[in-house]
Amino acid sequence: MPVEMRKEFFANERDDNLNEIGKPTQRQDILGHVTGRSPFYDDHLFEGLLHMRCVRSPHHHARVRSIDISQAERMPGVKRVILARDVPRNLNTLLSLLDFGLDDEPLISEKKVSYKGEPVCAIVAESERAAREACEKVRVDWEPLPAVFDVEEAIKPGAPSVNEAYPTNLFVYHDKYDHQKLRYGDVEAAFARADHIIEGRYQMSPIEQAPMETCGAIAAPETNDRFVCYTSTQALFFSLGTAAKLLDVSSARLHFIGGTVGGGFGGKVDSLHEPMAILGAMLTGRPCKYMFDRVEEMQVGAPRGAERWYLKDGVTRDGRIVARKFTGYFDSGAYTRLSSYAIIKAVGHLPGPYTIPNVYADVYCVYTNRTPATAMRGFGITGVDFAIETHMDKVAHAVGMDPIELRILNSYRDGDMKAHRRLAKNTALVECCQVAAEKAHWQISAAARHATSLTGGGGERAQLPAHTATDQQGLVPGGRTGGYARSTKRKEPDFAARPPQPAAPMPAAPAPQRPAASIEPVPSAPPAPPVAPRAPARFSSSISGLRRR
Amino acid sequence: MARHRGKGFSCINYPIGMNLGGDPSQALVHSNPDGKFMVALSSIDLGQGMKSVTRQIAAETLGVPIADVYVDTADSDTGPHCMGSFASRGTHRVGNAVIQAAQEARAVMLEAAAEELEVNAADLVTDGKGNIHVRGAPSRAITVAAACGAAQFKQGRTVSGRGIFLIPLSDVDPDTGEMTPVSCFAHAAMIVEVEVDDETGDVAVIEMNSAYEVGRALNPRLVEQQLVGGAWMGMSHALWETTEPYYPDRSHGPIDFNTYLMPGPGNIAPHNIAILERPAPDGPYGGKGPGEMCANPVLPAVANAVFNAVGVRVDELPITPEKVLRGIRAQGGARPQARR
Repeated sequence: MPVEMRKEFFANERDDNLNEIGKPTQRQDILGHVTGRSPFYDDHLFEGLLHMRCVRSPHHHARVRSIDISQAERMPGVKRVILARDVPRNLNTLLSLLDFGLDDEPLISEKKVSYKGEPVCAIVAESERAAREACEKVRVDWEPLPAVFDVEEAIKPGAPSVNEAYPTNLFVYHDKYDHQKLRYGDVEAAFARADHIIEGRYQMSPIEQAPMETCGAIAAPETNDRFVCYTSTQALFFSLGTAAKLLDVSSARLHFIGGTVGGGFGGKVDSLHEPMAILGAMLTGRPCKYMFDRVEEMQVGAPRGAERWYLKDGVTRDGRIVARKFTGYFDSGAYTRLSSYAIIKAVGHLPGPYTIPNVYADVYCVYTNRTPATAMRGFGITGVDFAIETHMDKVAHAVGMDPIELRILNSYRDGDMKAHRRLAKNTALVECCQVAAEKAHWQISAAARHATSLTGGGGERAQLPAHTATDQQGLVPGGRTGGYARSTKRKEPDFAARPPQPAAPMPAAPAPQRPAASIEPVPSAPPAPPVAPRAPARFSSSISGLRRR
Repeated sequence: MARHRGKGFSCINYPIGMNLGGDPSQALVHSNPDGKFMVALSSIDLGQGMKSVTRQIAAETLGVPIADVYVDTADSDTGPHCMGSFASRGTHRVGNAVIQAAQEARAVMLEAAAEELEVNAADLVTDGKGNIHVRGAPSRAITVAAACGAAQFKQGRTVSGRGIFLIPLSDVDPDTGEMTPVSCFAHAAMIVEVEVDDETGDVAVIEMNSAYEVGRALNPRLVEQQLVGGAWMGMSHALWETTEPYYPDRSHGPIDFNTYLMPGPGNIAPHNIAILERPAPDGPYGGKGPGEMCANPVLPAVANAVFNAVGVRVDELPITPEKVLRGIRAQGGARPQARR
């Protein structure tokens, strides 16, 4: 392949004479891969292995009036029919291991389903065919409910409530706002001074991770009162911790073995299969396999979620972007999974790799009646990068500039202040632009060719804005209105019972805020005076502490 | 009816490691008495080369041949804790944990060698070929195997090391979004050339030219496989893939690889890649993580190339022939922009 190493760039920042680093050493497991001998989870086919299949909702949103399993139980080969009541602790949110967000998703649903494909019953049988045939015999009395699929429709008053933990279909950030804010400078004031205003709307549809190996796990009882679980997970201890919580067992009783994974791309972190397979093994005393088939992988397995972004730029005649405003909607589907986290990642990424003195963002995590979304390669960034870079092309067109020269002009450089209020370092965008242009024989100006990431940054560009416009828009109403988010945690005060702000002192101390200097240089200039006192974050829906349960 | 060529540009940066930190990973390293080293992890190899890159990092840090190092991973009984393989964190987090563990094991190995050679451990160096010798005096040497054997059978030392890497969790200000998201960023710029058929709306990718800055390329072949495959994934996201073709309408959802559209071998475009290496100050040997970021620049570059070819802005992914054709018809035909 035509790959070239451009060693001349940043050469004085590297020692290229190392023994092993930088060498094209062949991977230790390559022979197993190319001869088909590398073991995958599905190669651990125990004697007496049972197979699990799920009865899934045919409706996007429905109440379950009743489930009749009497016929299914009598089907040949059926060992066990599993319902919601068989799951020891049947409510979880994936990031509960980081204490982020409310438990909002059952492993097996009982009274209501919020997306097509949501499981209400699992059948464990001697063969996959027997499990499938028994699933056909489960009689569910459904009461279809109105469903909502568009993110902006879902947050209007009166929209069907998708997720009981978040009745208005919005995740709550930091126990305070119904969205994540970014406020840096004053975009409205800058728009008023700009020569051009360029607006756009961008939409990314859901995308499947499409691994060759579908998600799954095989669990088996061991003789020492433990369970072994062979899994396709991308995150061994994440899945182990999630299984221990849902099944209410000590993590010491779980032995997880991952290994070669047949493609992940983010779709194998949801940790649904491991607890299901172990539950099957617990209830039958036999090895149990739970694996998505391809249809489930495509339509039930969580995709990269859809995102909708509105962008507005204020630009001067000479192509400098002076203000950029974002409104973003992440379509989380029926449950949170990881979308809430992706939004914070996206907000930390804004406004893209450019130094813009005024930046504003409101980003919403919205629940709709579709398959829950999860991680995928580029999580939280791919969709907004599509929006930003397509928008940059429009800006270049509007001001009559070469698109690459526009990027280099606005590029962030070493020492620049970023919108999340940390200084940029180790930047290399300008050089990438130059080399790509050279490779494609795209002519750019001498000034653009001679720019570098090492110079031109810092100084005034390292200063925080003199004034930042803040606001309380989206403040989540408190207990007087009956509460917003229903807390499912026992020990912590009910969210709704607390006044929105100023908040009371924390019942438990959060992890101390470390000096950021160890990670990125702390800005020397004082931060902008906050308009409102900063509420101490609580654990229930804020990444502010790291406690294992 | 005609086919129109166009070029589109985009550039991006990408945050390396789990956003806000708080995502530890551990590594344990030990040798057997023959001087062969085992690295124990619980990190997952998804095909990205987790086992290979950590093996190279361990061999480099220990100062022993790569053939004498093996990585054992993904068993929760034997591997210490790792958050997992996601968020471009594997190389950065686990690599740093392996360095710390290997440094501790190397120190014991050198102490054992020093005792055998009756010299000061601080004066010893490794040659990366399985020998330890006094700096500047290659004849005053002992093999790694002999040093580790002596440690086990004569000195009663464990040639082993423990490593952990944790970036402390950052807080997020609810009112301003102030935070410390990550500690380093990778970069990329991409130029895509397309050909658009104004009769069918079909978009063919002709060529991609790119520059990716990935920190130090710890293993250039592993970087190459990520960038080549990842850019094709980006091309696929731009033009083909979705589980909901008429989003937010839930209909027409694909259920298999016949109905879930992806490029076939005939659609794969040549991709000329330049790799730039600006070492990350806190990356393992300066490494970042090329795995996730490689697809991102392709999506907007394709959209911008379509505009350059026929003057149609498709702001909704994927850029299907239907959307392109509707755009061309709405503006009364193709409107090619300035050639580049």
